[in-house]
Amino acid sequence: TMKVKVLSRNPDDYLRETKRDIHKVFRNYNPVLHPFEAPREYMRALNATKLDRVFAKPFLASLDGHRDGVCCLCKHRKRLSYLFSGSCDGEIRQWNLTNRQCIRTLQGHTGFVRGLACSPDGKRFISVGDDKTVKHWNSDPLSEERDIPINTVVAKSLYTGVDHHWTDSIYATCGQSVDIWNMERSEPVRVYKWGMDSIQSVKFNPVETNLCISTVSDRSIRLYDIRAAVPLNKVTLKLRSNVAVWNPMEAYNFTAANEDHNLYTFDMRKLDFALNVHTDHTDAVLDVDYSPTGRELVSGSYDRTIRIFPVSGTGHSREVYHTKRMQRVFTVKWSADNRYILSGSDETNIRMWKARASEKLGRMTPREKAAADYNEKLKLKYAYHPQVKRIARHRHVPKTIYQAMKEKKLIKDSQRKKEQNLRANSKPGTVPRVPEKLKHIVLPPQE
Amino acid sequence: MNNMTTKEEEIAENEISKVDPFYGDAPIPEDKLERYNKGTRIKTKKIRDRKLKGTLDLTEKKYGSAVKQAARYELLLTEEPGFLETEEGEESWMVDQQSIVKEADIASANKHFQLKLEEFGPYRIDYTRNGRHLLVGGKRGHVAAFDWMTKRLMCEMNVMESVEDIKWLHTENMFAVAQRKWLYIYDNQGIEIHCMKRLNDTLRLDFLPYHFLLTTTNRHGYLQYTDISTGNIVSTINTKGGRLNVMCHNPHNAVVLLGHHNGSISMWSPNQKEPLVRMLCHKTALRSMAVEKRGNYLATAGQDRKMKIFDLRMYKPLHSYQLSTGPSNLCFSQRNLLAATSNNVVEIYNDPCIQVQERPYLVHKMKLPAEDIAFCPYEDVLGVGAADGFVSLLVPGAGEPNYDAFEANPNRSKQQRREWEVKALLEKIQPEMISLDPFMLSKVDHVTAERLRKDREEILGYVPDKPAFAPRHKKKGRSKSGHVEKRKKKVKGEKLRNHIRDEMKTKREKLKKDERKAGKFLQTANTDGQQVVEPAMMKSALDRFKK
Repeated sequence: TMKVKVLSRNPDDYLRETKRDIHKVFRNYNPVLHPFEAPREYMRALNATKLDRVFAKPFLASLDGHRDGVCCLCKHRKRLSYLFSGSCDGEIRQWNLTNRQCIRTLQGHTGFVRGLACSPDGKRFISVGDDKTVKHWNSDPLSEERDIPINTVVAKSLYTGVDHHWTDSIYATCGQSVDIWNMERSEPVRVYKWGMDSIQSVKFNPVETNLCISTVSDRSIRLYDIRAAVPLNKVTLKLRSNVAVWNPMEAYNFTAANEDHNLYTFDMRKLDFALNVHTDHTDAVLDVDYSPTGRELVSGSYDRTIRIFPVSGTGHSREVYHTKRMQRVFTVKWSADNRYILSGSDETNIRMWKARASEKLGRMTPREKAAADYNEKLKLKYAYHPQVKRIARHRHVPKTIYQAMKEKKLIKDSQRKKEQNLRANSKPGTVPRVPEKLKHIVLPPQE
Repeated sequence: MNNMTTKEEEIAENEISKVDPFYGDAPIPEDKLERYNKGTRIKTKKIRDRKLKGTLDLTEKKYGSAVKQAARYELLLTEEPGFLETEEGEESWMVDQQSIVKEADIASANKHFQLKLEEFGPYRIDYTRNGRHLLVGGKRGHVAAFDWMTKRLMCEMNVMESVEDIKWLHTENMFAVAQRKWLYIYDNQGIEIHCMKRLNDTLRLDFLPYHFLLTTTNRHGYLQYTDISTGNIVSTINTKGGRLNVMCHNPHNAVVLLGHHNGSISMWSPNQKEPLVRMLCHKTALRSMAVEKRGNYLATAGQDRKMKIFDLRMYKPLHSYQLSTGPSNLCFSQRNLLAATSNNVVEIYNDPCIQVQERPYLVHKMKLPAEDIAFCPYEDVLGVGAADGFVSLLVPGAGEPNYDAFEANPNRSKQQRREWEVKALLEKIQPEMISLDPFMLSKVDHVTAERLRKDREEILGYVPDKPAFAPRHKKKGRSKSGHVEKRKKKVKGEKLRNHIRDEMKTKREKLKKDERKAGKFLQTANTDGQQVVEPAMMKSALDRFKK
């Protein structure tokens, strides 16, 4: 007998039973049923990039309360929601970032508050100021003695920075010299002094905890091991660095924010060349902080902008944040949950920004998250297509910055052309090509 | 302790593999892997940059596992394709529709039906992309849209004008009717939405679903592309090919094929005013064309009663079938069955492209000649529109059994349709991307890269704003015009001379290196005590006279 089978679908298998069920969706991944894969994926990538720009609203909130420019910020090492800030009139404030409220105000110093540092157990924080004092405070905003310092140490010279050790109860201050202190003592345990230089900042290494790095006014960046009596090593650049910070993930790398509008990343084991040179700022870079992932860094500059740089790559910024109301950015911090950037600036405001401008804050459903992940991957895959690249790269910057960037480019191009001409018209080998990563380092004079 | 446990585990694994003949992952057949394989692997061996090499290796690994997963997923597909197995003495082409209907189940039997519409002329038909709704349009103006499975009528009207062709647009909500003068777009309730006067005297309609383009050909030889999502006419091309009444499109790359009266086929994209390809197929006028769903094969029928199969990748003829009366309509199904109507006989061939088929798979005789045929997607059904109405034939094995709900879902709800429509509009491909190779975007554009590199070299070498090299004026008669020209020439040829000098230097070094190598070989031969081997280099021109 003849056997016949004609395709017939049982509706029970293909339709949902009740209105409360979800629809049944059947998939067949055979490429014949999915033509035009490449153009459709490209359109999706283009849409993802455009939507990324549409939803890029990074500014979250402004914490106002200070009455003078905000000089320094400090993250609490145990709680994500607390932030300490010091201003130019000596006021120290503690903020609750979830409510965006100021929970404590202290009249810390009579001059600038130059530095703030939090202890690793989160119970105390230290402030140093222009009135030559170091003050220890209680971190708890609800404690009995919240308005008076636990301890005050009077010193002979003024201090310009402070940082706390990541495990022990040791902290370091810098000013005329780098002083290593113990919490209980009133005299520094060790003093590193080298000539008549003044030191701008000091930072302890989070992983190799006995190392610390300081930026000195003789344009060098010095490494210290606090167990040794003498500084370890140094690298000299062409202009002075303001701050040097350690990479929390690859803790042998550090980044220095320099006066020549650049940031330099070095490997402390090999200081002959820079790992990366981050250029895009149009004025001195005043502060830098790493993301807890160790892959990105944020920098605040005198040119009123905040830029986010990827650590490895071409060295250009992936994002620039600016507001008409934000003046010179003195200090930036990347929050420890990798989501927010805090900036303290000259016009007495602390601003809270999103680290990824188009990210949705708050809880996402699993489908939302899957769609967001897919879009991210699409943007990466098609990042080099000219149209996608053009849209992804486009940022609006203030006119002054735009003009300054154009001018810098012009200067750089003309210098390059001049060097090319010089090389073309001299004996081959007399004008060597110096890579960018070596160009900015000043080698010590040959003995 | 830890070492002991891993060793134990190893021993256990070995024992299992000795006992279990199917240990490990199930093997995947090669042809299935081939189907999902998207291209060749990147060779990462010679990449110096360790980070780049690592990321590329990881990406290739992920792609490999994705291909395996997709191939394995085929196990989960629920439906099987239809088939027809005949008895000992019987052949499949002897089987008629009534026997198939008798043997098939009751749901399938309902899919075979006939609409007797004798008054309003030969009917042209169209199925929606998900195979759910059917549109019939008679030459004398009768247009009807209905869900052919449930027989629910959506709209039925007479447009009071002659109807040349009808086509569903992207969903079952809109359809286009090419009427006597202009093109009209109707709602599924029969409400006229648009009348497009620029698309006049339209003869044939076609719809490119992923680009949302409606292609129309007209009596005067114009081919027009209209984007129905925005409504603007993307491109009007004067094909200069006379009356265009044979049109189809290649579903693989959205290229429109037009058949001309001199037997040639031209392929068009909206970006060019000239055809992409011209192919001579028949010695006589073309009657019909159909392109296979994967875009590999083209079936053409001409006035010379021949049906030819062409390879569309290489543009070469493959087979030629001689039919009794020439086929007037051709249609490919999703599983590569080809339906051909000659007069009132409908013949269906099972996969005629790869091998020459001696006999058709199925044959059906009708009363009057067929006007239009179409396979219903995802169903084993062939619809035939004739002068006396519409008939739906059962063709076991024609439709793709497993559909992908995100592409075309025959059982979709209103909500699902709306979501799909929005997503489809967002992914709408721009007409500028239509070309013969749809995967152009995923390839590296070597041509443009080369051209940009050359442009950049030119720019760096010669600055157009800067005036050409003007040699300094020398005194005492050393600035004669001839001398000045010589000095200019020196600077001009400098780049070329530098290039030649560098190349010659490298060549000489290479030559020396080879000599040294040959010399080394010579030394080792001596120490072994074997015969001395002469180096291949000629030291002087007289060397060739030496023995």
